[in-house]
Amino acid sequence: MTSFQLEIQLVAVIVAGACALPGCFLVLRNMAMMSDAISHAILPGLVLAFFVTESLSSPLLLAGGAAVGVGTVALVELLRRTHLVREDAAIGLAFPAFFSVGVILIARYAGDVHLDTDAVLLGELALVPFDRWIAFGYDLGPQALYSMSMVGVLSALFVFLFYKELKLATFDAALAATLGFMPMLMHYALMALVSVTAVAAFDAVGSILVVALMVGPPAAAHLLTDRLDRMILIAIVLGIASAVSGYWFAHALDVSIAGSMAVAVGVAFLVAFLFAPARGLVAAHRRRAHQRWQFALKMLTIHLAQHEHRPDAFEECHVDHLQDHLRWDSGFAGEVVRQARQAGLVNLESSQLVLTAAGRHLAREAIVRD
Amino acid sequence: MEQLFTDYTLRTVALGAALLGAVSGALGTFAVLRRQSLLGDAISHAALPGIGLAFLVTGSKLPLVLMVGAALAGWLATALVIVITGASRVKYDSALGLVLSVFFGAGLVILTAIQKMPNAQQAGLEAFLFGQAAALVERDLATMSALGGVALLVAALLWKEFKVLAFDEDFGRSLGLPMRPLDFILTTLLVIAIVTGLQTVGVVLMSAMIVAPAAAARQWTNRLGRMVLIAMGFGIISGVAGAVISTSTARLPTGPTIVLCISGVVVVSILFAPGRGLIVRAIRHQLRSTRFQREAILMDLYQLALQHHRRDHPHAEAALQAMQPGGGKLRSQLKTLAAQGLVRQAGKQQWALTSKGIAACAQLHRDRS
Repeated sequence: MTSFQLEIQLVAVIVAGACALPGCFLVLRNMAMMSDAISHAILPGLVLAFFVTESLSSPLLLAGGAAVGVGTVALVELLRRTHLVREDAAIGLAFPAFFSVGVILIARYAGDVHLDTDAVLLGELALVPFDRWIAFGYDLGPQALYSMSMVGVLSALFVFLFYKELKLATFDAALAATLGFMPMLMHYALMALVSVTAVAAFDAVGSILVVALMVGPPAAAHLLTDRLDRMILIAIVLGIASAVSGYWFAHALDVSIAGSMAVAVGVAFLVAFLFAPARGLVAAHRRRAHQRWQFALKMLTIHLAQHEHRPDAFEECHVDHLQDHLRWDSGFAGEVVRQARQAGLVNLESSQLVLTAAGRHLAREAIVRD
Repeated sequence: MEQLFTDYTLRTVALGAALLGAVSGALGTFAVLRRQSLLGDAISHAALPGIGLAFLVTGSKLPLVLMVGAALAGWLATALVIVITGASRVKYDSALGLVLSVFFGAGLVILTAIQKMPNAQQAGLEAFLFGQAAALVERDLATMSALGGVALLVAALLWKEFKVLAFDEDFGRSLGLPMRPLDFILTTLLVIAIVTGLQTVGVVLMSAMIVAPAAAARQWTNRLGRMVLIAMGFGIISGVAGAVISTSTARLPTGPTIVLCISGVVVVSILFAPGRGLIVRAIRHQLRSTRFQREAILMDLYQLALQHHRRDHPHAEAALQAMQPGGGKLRSQLKTLAAQGLVRQAGKQQWALTSKGIAACAQLHRDRS
């Protein structure tokens, strides 16, 4: 691994972590598409700030992008308040317009400078190590490393300092307002954070990967835990894992790094979606199957308990007649009996099913409780 | 303007943009009404890997082949969103954002892979990112109009069913209409509408062409039929306008120009549409509140007059002022009332009801009680 490769991965890891932090709150507040809107809408702010400073690494770019990002959020809110368009339509109206302004500004005035639309949308992580920070003759490493770290620390600090306010505003905005925590202020602070992160990340990874990293890891983490603090940690870990594995995938196939990372995020989500311990598809399927057998066992014990010591017991409790009485097909009935015997619920005495004490107990429990 | 009919490129671009505007305006109307505005964004981004894969598999750059690939990918993305939201607790917006960005990422991977291929003639595929209207040729137009025409035709044939689907799904189900298949067909039409526009405005901005014409049209009418027609009209106008402006100006990309044109239409609609527009609403509010204030002054005068034998007994302006806290425009309101013949000035700063005014007050009194 060369130092360039290490630097690229380091930047990618920091981007992933910095995106996952505000991303968790976006996902929980059902505002995931805001990341898409903001990451597109910041373009004109960036371009204008770039025209003023003629540098891509000026802090003014952060400020300009963040201002336009928050402006977009405010515009969406304003449009929604008129009740003339719904919120989703308002988002769909606002960001393409801003993005178009940015694209046109670039096409008309930026000429062939480094700032081009492909870069904004797609990012070029491979170029990160070439834009270095050199102070007093010392090479201090890629600039993106510093800007991203700064934003990452800012995110972490914000989430750490306002953890309970954010939590309350996210899960119960009404209570937060009643207690004087100003959920609206939290909302805009969060949006500003999303904007700043998107601006800092756009150069390295492009706006689309920002969306992938803000939405994917938190959504996957949400399937893995019910606790906010764990969700944030898991999201960060998943984001970092996607970033690194995406990098090596891109390296192996010589394709777009940002694209590969997005695909890796998709794979991470897919794995969580399928195999999450409690909420995954597989776990849900297994739980349903288990419940089906449990129900069948209860049915069997209840059936036997109903007819035990009755005149019709010989007929009803005959192992070969179960399919008629409980309307099970014979294969299923056989399997239920096998499981019931294995669990010590019934004994088989010359083709007659006889409840054990445990079986009788289960039947009584089932009738009383269900 | 004359160039529009003589210049081949301009004519092709304008026709393509008009086609795009018409189809996306019509199908976008249903998407916006069904709160699927952002689904269009997801579908258009998700089309990218489909375009790349279609080229990889067939080696062809025929518009129809690429569009079919795009449509399949867009449709798969929609299906995934439905599966994810249905089978887990991931919300609709998260599923959209996830599918959108992952598909787009996969598209980038495929496009860069194609670029690295030795004999790659991939030029033209990247046009799908931001659209390249200037590169449209007649073959593209033929494909676009065939696909778009089919989409519009199906929408017209299933008009009643789609109307029910858009406004009251449960009612449709109670009528025994097959709502799931209908939903499937309408979503497929939306995918087709998006795919036909990709070459002109690109995957990033295509969602605007779905949302904006419909959102603008919504301000002008409350009827679905009219809304569809108006949205198509807005789509066509801004498509052609954007195409003409960008083609006749140097370094002005077509897609963003079309999007800005349609955004302008949205702003005008939201501000000026009669009935719903913000300005009309503000004026109506203003007129209503001045009328209420005027009626209040008249009633105050009536209340004062009731204390006297003569109903037209004059009263001091200061008394009226005291009864109207915050009523700053008392004098001008009184003058308006005088012009209407409801009050008359009876001496310096003294006002009295006329007989017409007394009748009006009695009427107001009856109306309010």
